[in-house]
Amino acid sequence: MSRNLIIGTALTLVFIALAAVSFIWTPADIENLDIPNKLQTPNGANLLGTDHFGRDILSMIMMGARTSIAVALVAVGIGMAIGIPLGLLAAARHGSLLDELIMRGNDLVFAFPSLVIAILITAVFGASAVNAIIAIGIFNIPVFARLTRGAALPIWERDFILAARVCGKSAARISIEHILPNITNLMIVQGTIQFSLGILAEAALSYIGLGAQPPTASWGRMLADAQTLVSIAPHTALIPGFAILLMVLGLNLMGDGLRDWLDPRIRVVRT
Amino acid sequence: MIRYVLGRLTSLIISLTIASIVIFAVIEVIPGDPAAFMLGVNARPDTIAALRAEMGLDQPLITRYLDWVTGLLRGDFGQSWTYKTPVADLISDRIWVSLPLAIYALILSTIIAFPAGIYAASRRGGAGDVTIMGATQLGVAIPNFWFAMILVLIFAINLRWFSAGGFPGWDNPFQALKSLTLPAIALALPQAAILARVMRSSLLDMLGEDFIRTARAKGLSRRQALWKHAVRNALIPVLTIIGLQFSFLLAGGIIIEQIFFLPGLGRLIFQSISARDLIVVESVVMLLVFTVIMVNFLVDLAYAAVDPRLRTKA
Repeated sequence: MSRNLIIGTALTLVFIALAAVSFIWTPADIENLDIPNKLQTPNGANLLGTDHFGRDILSMIMMGARTSIAVALVAVGIGMAIGIPLGLLAAARHGSLLDELIMRGNDLVFAFPSLVIAILITAVFGASAVNAIIAIGIFNIPVFARLTRGAALPIWERDFILAARVCGKSAARISIEHILPNITNLMIVQGTIQFSLGILAEAALSYIGLGAQPPTASWGRMLADAQTLVSIAPHTALIPGFAILLMVLGLNLMGDGLRDWLDPRIRVVRT
Repeated sequence: MIRYVLGRLTSLIISLTIASIVIFAVIEVIPGDPAAFMLGVNARPDTIAALRAEMGLDQPLITRYLDWVTGLLRGDFGQSWTYKTPVADLISDRIWVSLPLAIYALILSTIIAFPAGIYAASRRGGAGDVTIMGATQLGVAIPNFWFAMILVLIFAINLRWFSAGGFPGWDNPFQALKSLTLPAIALALPQAAILARVMRSSLLDMLGEDFIRTARAKGLSRRQALWKHAVRNALIPVLTIIGLQFSFLLAGGIIIEQIFFLPGLGRLIFQSISARDLIVVESVVMLLVFTVIMVNFLVDLAYAAVDPRLRTKA
């Protein structure tokens, strides 16, 4: 295991642990406004200080981790659940009209500026975490579809697939029983990268007010609140930013490390 | 080549058509009446009826779509409901902030990324390479809007070298560029990190090629082989990424413009969203999508002109 993988996994696990613990315990109740105690710098009672409503920032970070992870995870899930079957189908029907349609459809989604469309979707359907998930998830679909097809095509040429066909297995069965297990590593690595992009996208959408709505805590939202306070209470802006930075860094390092560990030949796509 | 261009052109037209349908549809599927949506809950029925007629909502769907698209083609983007001016005027005022910002950021990103990527590749595995690659890992992970806030905190609030936001207009080009500097840096840094990584890996691929060994065998030093042969060939994939980044910078500017109170297209979109001025939102989004698809198309063509192998793969 490489150093990247260890550091990345450790960072990621810290945030997953923070999010998990927040379900049963947080240092303070984030719906409890304590205005007289506002904008405290980090101290013994509030390890990371308090925000402009006197809420404990550590607790907000823990609850925010939950939002970030949930949004990014479901968005990756959408991308995988739709993209991988599409890619498998395109590979199984390689060269057919269906293959062409799927690939051109992918190109089309790639051509859209994702942020603009995400803003359009959330602006029209209302700002919420669910709409943010959909907006981010849509752009994960072509990533996985293209990658799956590209990885599946060479496998279809292999002898063991020929053997499976001789046995009379259908294309669908071959895709699920033989192709899918052979591309799992690749999907895990790309999933990690898309997960980190999802965290960034969720933060950006919440920052401009189109993601999770109050009282749901979100790192992007915390940064938006901190913007006007940055000169008098820099910690309110620095801490959520570092949370995003470390979580994304952890996932990226983990992705790179996993790639080297699982299969050095894998090349991931970064958009 | 002609076949390739025609093929790309066909898919360009299909992309633009589908894009326009999607954007039109998203605006159309708003639950209820767009006119009522735009005017809010307190609107009187006759006001809504007037706006409905003005927006042509009494026409069938297909007619409205065709009207909108043919209008766009003629440069007629419709009339803004809140500003009471043609949308085309609103856009042409603001494009002179958004476009220079994207170009400025692209130049910065290239200036940072090229030397960094080339240096890292030439010192592969060394301390310089490890440092630069570490820095790019950070650059990729930093949310650019947060980086923008940090820049404001350091350079505007503490050091007072730049103003924290606003745009004085192009009457004084120096002041105008100065006010775009922090936003451009915020936009450029994450892109520079990606570009430096692409530059490095593309150069490393080239350094492993036979023609580099031939050049070395011919008596060229490592340095000469790197600059004369490897860098030039490595630039091809890098240029593609630069093209893609331009469209990203234009769209990514939306958030950065918000932070620095720059009167560009991004702020126009947000103000229109909060004012429920859907005609403006629809047209600006279509314009951005058009620009992105167009830039991708031009990049494809440029790439094919440089690398003949690609023409046959179309």
